[in-house]
Amino acid sequence: MTTPTQHVHKEVRERQALDRDIEESDGTIGAEEERLYVASQWQLMWWKFRRHKLAMASGVILIIFYVVAIFAEFVAPYDPEAYFASFKLAPPTPVRIFDTEGKLRPPFIYRRDRYRDEETLRYSYIDDISVRYPVKLFVQATPYKLWGLFETDVHLFGIEAAREEQGVFLTGADRLGRDLFSRLCYGARISLSIGLIGVLMSLVLGIILGGVSGYYGGRIDTIIQRVIEFVRTIPNIPLWMALSAALPPDWPVIRLYFGITIILSLIGWTGMARVVRGRFLALRNEDFVLAARLGGSSEIRIILRHMVPSFLSYIIASLTIAIPGTILGETGLSFIGLGMRAPAISWGVLLQEANNIRSLAQAPWVFAPAFTVVLTVFAFNFLGDGLRDAADPYAR
Amino acid sequence: MLKYILKRIGIMVPTIIVISMISFAIIQLPPGDYLTSYVAGLRQMGDNVDEDEIAALRERYGLGQPIYVQYYKWVSGIILRGDWGQSMEWRKPVKDLIWERMALTVALSLVAVLVSWFVAIPVGVFSATHQYTIPDYLFSAVSFIGAGLPGFLIALVVMWVAMRQFGLNVGGLFSQEYMVAPWSWPKVVDLLKHLWIPVIVIALGSTAGSIRTTRANVLDELNKPYVETARAKGLRERKLVWKYPVRVAMNPFFSTVGWTLANLISGQTLVAYVLSLQTTGPMMLRALMSQDMYLAGSFLLLLSTLTVIGTLISDILLAWFDPRIRMEG
Repeated sequence: MTTPTQHVHKEVRERQALDRDIEESDGTIGAEEERLYVASQWQLMWWKFRRHKLAMASGVILIIFYVVAIFAEFVAPYDPEAYFASFKLAPPTPVRIFDTEGKLRPPFIYRRDRYRDEETLRYSYIDDISVRYPVKLFVQATPYKLWGLFETDVHLFGIEAAREEQGVFLTGADRLGRDLFSRLCYGARISLSIGLIGVLMSLVLGIILGGVSGYYGGRIDTIIQRVIEFVRTIPNIPLWMALSAALPPDWPVIRLYFGITIILSLIGWTGMARVVRGRFLALRNEDFVLAARLGGSSEIRIILRHMVPSFLSYIIASLTIAIPGTILGETGLSFIGLGMRAPAISWGVLLQEANNIRSLAQAPWVFAPAFTVVLTVFAFNFLGDGLRDAADPYAR
Repeated sequence: MLKYILKRIGIMVPTIIVISMISFAIIQLPPGDYLTSYVAGLRQMGDNVDEDEIAALRERYGLGQPIYVQYYKWVSGIILRGDWGQSMEWRKPVKDLIWERMALTVALSLVAVLVSWFVAIPVGVFSATHQYTIPDYLFSAVSFIGAGLPGFLIALVVMWVAMRQFGLNVGGLFSQEYMVAPWSWPKVVDLLKHLWIPVIVIALGSTAGSIRTTRANVLDELNKPYVETARAKGLRERKLVWKYPVRVAMNPFFSTVGWTLANLISGQTLVAYVLSLQTTGPMMLRALMSQDMYLAGSFLLLLSTLTVIGTLISDILLAWFDPRIRMEG
């Protein structure tokens, strides 16, 4: 049971912890105090954010994911559409550093042999421990064009073996014998970017409508609020489904991508507009806004120069929290076949393979895209939490 | 109170009209009118198409006439005759297809809401009164995970575990023999036997969210002076917590029941697809895939109307529980 006093104690403790952090990072207390007073708002936020360990870890994970997405061609050992005819539904090949005798070796994988099970007539795979393929960094393999610009054949890692002979499958192979890890890397491009772009679109709509609503108030506010309430009453997944089913099936990938993004942000903007409106309402009557108005600033200058910077951090925090919804929206839609479609590769498209309960039972690794999706969603949630706490460095 | 309810209904009517317009627009989205593709489909299957019948259908839905005439015919058909249009794929009137599915969807959502409250309120209150204890951290962690995991992925995992461990296929709401059977007592029992897995999967997300809301709200209330007063008066702790702070903390539940319902119906769509439940989601998806637009549009209209009604109910509940709102309205 917390009593008010305990609550105050907690605040004091947290305050002290923050002070201590700052002290430790430099040294002398006098200089420290001064640093605290002259620190900019962004510095204070960063100091506060740094204390949220989970959010920091999530930030690191997300940076890794996005770097992989950007350099997908380089990180992926194979072309996402390359078939390994003799490795259909092959299980992951673990990269080992100890051989069967327990001897330490440079990273390698064993050769995989396929045999047909006499009873079930299904293909199974077995390690052939007599043949080892060393896994090397920066190997030369299939040539590709990075971002369609730079031609090269260097991949982050791989084995030097012909495709018919052996492949390295970090997360196994799919039904057609394509390397799932490579497909995950390429899929990250669509899945991760759709979250950012979708949320940015909602932000633009949200800031304009929410800003107008909160700044002017009155009748405009009422109308916009009604519209927001209305959009929120329609169950979003059925609406998304109906809208994306209307996208022509012969659209090229890039147009489909923007179509889906727009559909997803058509609903997402309402949340953003509420946040923006709330901040505008709170700030509208602040002294500094009045001062700026008396000083003769134009409306647009007051908004952009005085009001937006003071709630930018809130916006960033709520943006971060809105991203997972968009990512899940794309994944869900693609999963049921109404979102992105092959030949496009996204995590949702990859997950379609997991919807067949038999292939899931036979090859559980086709479920791997679910893990990347969930990891991303959680990372964004934690990051958003950390950012929200840090967004107001003067509280507590 | 009556005035307040009437006012809310007054707001509801235009909302439903706009929803019907959107649903109609979605029916109109695919190129060409549905009758043409219907006839083409029939011809393809070698059926003899009766020209008189086509003309009758064309007249009934105002096809070929201006869009507002078509809209008017569609809406008045629904309101006056309960005629929701014709399903091209099933070759039946839409009204024969939707009601059982709607009923199952509503039942499933309501059960899920009740289950999630039944679990979330005690757990949330416990977490709040035992803040910063191990069970509190445990519940908080679980609710965080539950709120973040999308239902359809949980459903996939459940399917996989059941298949792997028990060799069971847990999909569907009925056993094979009751699938198409008319409603009877054994069928209801069969339904109840299959219901629990979808209910758990669907309720998980909203339970997690509700635990967090309850905990935060009760914590807010616990620090207020009136609680201190009651404690100083010597009221027993259990009674004190449940009688006042919890009651106040319940307000957001009633005010969000409409959205909770909307979210459940929405999230359920994908879960139902994975678990192949006989609810609206999979049928609407199929209708969209085959461009069976009257069916798909009817589902969108019905589901949206349902959430509007849900919001109305939650507003009324809220006003009933909280006189401040009633008086203001």
